[in-house]
Amino acid sequence: MQDMKNSIDSTLRLQRHGHNRFIRIWGLLKKEVLQVLRDPSSILIAFILPLILLFLFSYGVSLDLREIKIGVVLEQDSSKARDLLSAFQGSTYFKLRVARDRRQLQPLLVGGRLQAIVVIPAEFTRRKYRGDDNPVQIIVRGTDANTGELIQHYIEATWRRWLSQQGTAQSNAAAANLIDVRSRVWFNEEVESRAALIPGSLAVIMTLIGTMLTSLVVAREWERGTMEALLSTPVTRGDLFLCKFVPYFLLGIMAMILVTVISTWGLDVPLRGSFWALLMVTSAFLAYALGLGLLISVVAGNQFVATQGALIAGFLPAFILSGLVFEINSMPWPIRFLTYLFAPRYFVSSLRTLFLAGDVWQIIAPNVIVMTLLGAVFLIITARKMPITLETGK
Amino acid sequence: MKLMLYRIARLTKKELLAVLKDRRSRFLLIGPPLLQLLIFSFAATLEVRNVTLGVYMEDHGRAARDLLARFQGAQRTFRTIRYYRDLKTVRQAIDNQEILAAIHIGPDFSKHIELGVPERVQVILDGRNANAASVVQGYINRIVEDYVKETLSRLHEPGIAKATSLDSIVTRKWFNPNADPQWSTVSALVGVLCNLVVLLITALSIARERELGTFEQLLVSPLRPAEILIGKSVPAILLGFIEGIFMTCMAVVIFDLPLTLKGFVLLLGTIFAFVFSVVGVGLFVSSIAKTQQQGFLGAFTYQVPATLLCGFATPVENVPDWLRWLAYVNPLQYMVTLSRTIFLENPSTRVVLSMAWPLVPIGLVTLAAATALFRRRMQ
Amino acid sequence: MHAAIELRNVTKRFGQDIPPALVDITADIQVGRVTGLVGPDGSGKTTLLRLMAGLLKPTEGEIRILGKNPSNPASEVKGVLSYMPQRFGLYEDLTVMENLHLYADLRGILGRHRREAIDRLLAFTNLGPFTNRLAGKLSGGMKQKLGLACALIQRPKVLLLDEPSVGVDPLSRRELWQMVHELAEEQIAVVWSTAYLDEAERCTQVLVLNEGHLLYQGPPSQLTERIKGHTFLVSVPESRRRRFAIETLQKQEVLDSVIQGKRIRLVMNSSFGDATQFGEEAEAEPVAPRFEDAVMFLLGGIPKERVQNAREVLGNGSLEEETGNEVVVESMELTKQFGSFTAVDRVSFKVRRGEVFGLLGPNGAGKSTTFKMLCGLLRPSFGEAKVAGVDLLKAPATARERIGYMAQKFSLYGDLSVRQNLEFFGGVYGLSGKNLDETVNRMIHTFQLGPFRDTNASALPLGFKQRLSMACAIMHRPAILFLDEPTSGVDPITRREFWVRINSLVQGGTSVVVTTHFLDEAEYCDRIALIYEGRLIALSTPDEIKNMVRTTDLPDPTLEDAFIGLIRHNVKSSVDAKHEYAGG
Repeated sequence: MQDMKNSIDSTLRLQRHGHNRFIRIWGLLKKEVLQVLRDPSSILIAFILPLILLFLFSYGVSLDLREIKIGVVLEQDSSKARDLLSAFQGSTYFKLRVARDRRQLQPLLVGGRLQAIVVIPAEFTRRKYRGDDNPVQIIVRGTDANTGELIQHYIEATWRRWLSQQGTAQSNAAAANLIDVRSRVWFNEEVESRAALIPGSLAVIMTLIGTMLTSLVVAREWERGTMEALLSTPVTRGDLFLCKFVPYFLLGIMAMILVTVISTWGLDVPLRGSFWALLMVTSAFLAYALGLGLLISVVAGNQFVATQGALIAGFLPAFILSGLVFEINSMPWPIRFLTYLFAPRYFVSSLRTLFLAGDVWQIIAPNVIVMTLLGAVFLIITARKMPITLETGK
Repeated sequence: MKLMLYRIARLTKKELLAVLKDRRSRFLLIGPPLLQLLIFSFAATLEVRNVTLGVYMEDHGRAARDLLARFQGAQRTFRTIRYYRDLKTVRQAIDNQEILAAIHIGPDFSKHIELGVPERVQVILDGRNANAASVVQGYINRIVEDYVKETLSRLHEPGIAKATSLDSIVTRKWFNPNADPQWSTVSALVGVLCNLVVLLITALSIARERELGTFEQLLVSPLRPAEILIGKSVPAILLGFIEGIFMTCMAVVIFDLPLTLKGFVLLLGTIFAFVFSVVGVGLFVSSIAKTQQQGFLGAFTYQVPATLLCGFATPVENVPDWLRWLAYVNPLQYMVTLSRTIFLENPSTRVVLSMAWPLVPIGLVTLAAATALFRRRMQ
Repeated sequence: MHAAIELRNVTKRFGQDIPPALVDITADIQVGRVTGLVGPDGSGKTTLLRLMAGLLKPTEGEIRILGKNPSNPASEVKGVLSYMPQRFGLYEDLTVMENLHLYADLRGILGRHRREAIDRLLAFTNLGPFTNRLAGKLSGGMKQKLGLACALIQRPKVLLLDEPSVGVDPLSRRELWQMVHELAEEQIAVVWSTAYLDEAERCTQVLVLNEGHLLYQGPPSQLTERIKGHTFLVSVPESRRRRFAIETLQKQEVLDSVIQGKRIRLVMNSSFGDATQFGEEAEAEPVAPRFEDAVMFLLGGIPKERVQNAREVLGNGSLEEETGNEVVVESMELTKQFGSFTAVDRVSFKVRRGEVFGLLGPNGAGKSTTFKMLCGLLRPSFGEAKVAGVDLLKAPATARERIGYMAQKFSLYGDLSVRQNLEFFGGVYGLSGKNLDETVNRMIHTFQLGPFRDTNASALPLGFKQRLSMACAIMHRPAILFLDEPTSGVDPITRREFWVRINSLVQGGTSVVVTTHFLDEAEYCDRIALIYEGRLIALSTPDEIKNMVRTTDLPDPTLEDAFIGLIRHNVKSSVDAKHEYAGG
């Protein structure tokens, strides 16, 4: 008996040795990486969907209006009226449809075949010189409120430009030139929506990898029965935690590098900040995303619940509550309050600054701190809740 | 024939039971969509409000103060105004995103304005948020223009003032007179959320049977492949349809969207055609997926681009031509447009049909593709 | 001397309202021997193993492994303990080799030791040619072997195996057993949980569990001793054999009745002197009891009502005793190729009406593939499969109407109730209206599912799941019933009952095609087809097959002996012997 005890103790001593611990972790890491690479749905989420997103954000999703379908009613056939008509025709923003009677065009507003109608009334030139009522009318389709506003402004701008070209009355000249507004847009001269969307898209992509993909990993081990075998080996909580955290962290960083390279070289998005700052910011967010994803994974009993949780707690906030597409400051205060609780808003803000402005530490530092704190909370809870027995009754 | 229909009916009943009896499935039908409806409808706004504006005034004369007053009065957009003493601090403030935009009024502003001498106002905007920047830029321009008009009318002869006042346009808004963005969002959401629910139900259905092992049992039964697919489609169409009705009711009850009876009927018809085409996509994914996880993620991968390219957040016309075809084969795009139109525009049946007809061929194609793939995978 | 594993008053409860999983278990498990853990499904075997592995904590009582507490992480017992769970713990996305390396990593086995261990294990499991195959693509038996290999990558001091031989063919099972025994002799304590009572018999010591209670602890022979004089072998002509076995099960005095070789083995509940009361045709002689008999005795045998109930005739037609001449299943030169590999090579046989036909063979030999082609789940590359006269390729749906199918895992819809499952399957097979209602009620009555009528299928105990699965398969009175390892994992009593039911079906005119690894069940077949390496190597009645391997050394071979002997005989070369296909 003593012999046996001795031999056991020496075996255990060997295993307690750090070297063995390292081999265990290394083995687990290898397994995790192989699993990710061989599972088509992982590839889908970690590579293909981010590329699709990048593609769509560059070309598909844009707030810059073009090809606005409008109708112009030419009730009067004077040269002035035709001149105004050609102003609209010449604009690259509009796609025109001309008619003589407004009743021909009005039904086309229904269903959006036309977005707006400009009416140049019969009394156009006459009224202008007699000082009576307003000459031109616009009817705008307000179904899509935001777009409707924008279209209205575009039409009004075209009208004003035409007006200033007329330059008939002194007052016009005076009016037109009294105040000259010179605007400069910093960091994004062309005001390209792409420049603002793409850096922010990293938030969604990191969430896909860090939260959605990771939420499945522990739940999957339970469902497939591999957890039971793992737990019967000398594997510790720390080993398990590391083997789930590290591969997906690295995957996230790789994705970040890929997206940055594509954006800066292929899509003309500038990176004015330093790479190290980007790395730091991304790591902080990844810590949060992974913490959230792993916590969901450990707490959810199965993959179904895990995916739901990841969708609601991870993806939706990254998309809706991050400031990426929708304006946070315009949201009602309860929702605005919600955005402070999730890391994506801090990440998007840091990314936009990093890419377009540079290393502005006043913005980046607090964001990093908050994200790290949030991440730390999740990671600590997760590490504690990592299973080491089957006692949870799964 | 009768036997075939009977078999399909049995399968349909089984599918419905399987979805409705499982607590988690039931939750999935109601919880996430409702949550998304509530958050999206309040959060989905492209308006720009509560902006902090920076002002650097080198002149405190009457004209300058008048102009400033206009900005101060635009409370909805410019909630906070900060004052700066020099350009350097203004620049820093923009860098640090303390302010989104800044206006700079020169030292001789009031003097020149009184005399009718042209003056310049400088505006700096933070372009990191492109949308906000361009909207605020336009807004500032308009405020200045209004100011100019009023100043002129005050300073010069009424005649010229009147003449200049002619230069405005009268605008009428149809369909959404208050330009309530919620109306646009919520009416579109009916389609988006319906899409999500139908996709999830169908994408998971075959994959789950595969995982549980009951799929083999189905294959050994007299059910033909087409019957299996139909049997799985019908419950999804039914449930999607009910989901659509539910969302519509929510829209009317919670958000006060206007909807006539005729509109309601048209909307139901549209939802039905829409659900029909989405089911094909879901079944397609389900035929490829070997596990539930793959089914879910596959459906998700379809859902994201579909939602981005449907006109919900950004207009479809903004998509460049070479990419536009994607939007035209996206059933969600039709649903969103139709939904908004029906809720807000009270269209005639003819118009609705002319807009909705593409849903049918799209549905037929997706279902045919799903069937072909399913048949192949069965071997 | 201290035992390797000491269990003291171990009780495990999973909740207040449900009966405890284990009650007051006290036992010692020694080093250097294989201890068998035996009991029906649900008796607590897996729970006990998990407790020993440190994966669960006892609610009351103590467990000591080599003097230490396994569920305390600091005790580091896991370093010297190897556990193979019921689901093997394999990573399906990893190859065979990668799985082995992973467990070697986890156990800290390096360098030369690792290489040697892996070579040894690959040789033993015959998995050498498959090192680069994904574990998910292995057949059931191969997965089992790989699972065991991963558990054995280190030389543990304690080895816990949860039903390691389920679904493994007899040849491999013997090899497994051999290897584990050798291990045990190297001063390792082995606990082997099993449903195969013949394996348990070979253990040095057994623990018999039932409903969480320990019924017996000690050498199997001691238990067997207790029923000396209670067991008999009765010779009955082949044609009457099955009937006799089932009829005797109903008698009050008979605890168990099984077909063994040419005779029927009876276990009586009291000593008998008189052998004549079994009828004129029957000659009874006393025989030494087996461990299985002893366990049946301990468990009280099969309740008579269950036998009575199972005997209700369920078939689709006449009550003829003789098997008719009508051919119901025909396989003609059936061949299946996967790429360049031929899984099934020109297999031909016919199944007649009212026959019980067995398809046997080692894992990966092509028997599952043949089975699937006959059910219509796979398309043959060449050849024809006809069922009830209908070619499966030409009119698949019509053919399928005549088939009933019971899958290995009892594929039922867990979220649906018993009644809803029955209604669904009945409906799909064409039953409707009043007919459907009546049939559903009849099934519920016949299979005694009454109390579970509205219970979700997932909540049923395993035995009842099996019944429901069978009910769903025969509702539409199929001409042929296909059974894929129908008694896998089920306790011996339920297994007996099951075969009584099968017999009633067959009496009613249904034909049955069955695959199984329980060779004592294969004795119930009228004819057996033995498939090895895709070819049919034997096709006869059980008796004739046994005759094929009869020698003077082995005058009365069991079917298992015949199985092993015939396969060894057919091994072309040592290389070919390892060429198992795992497509299933």
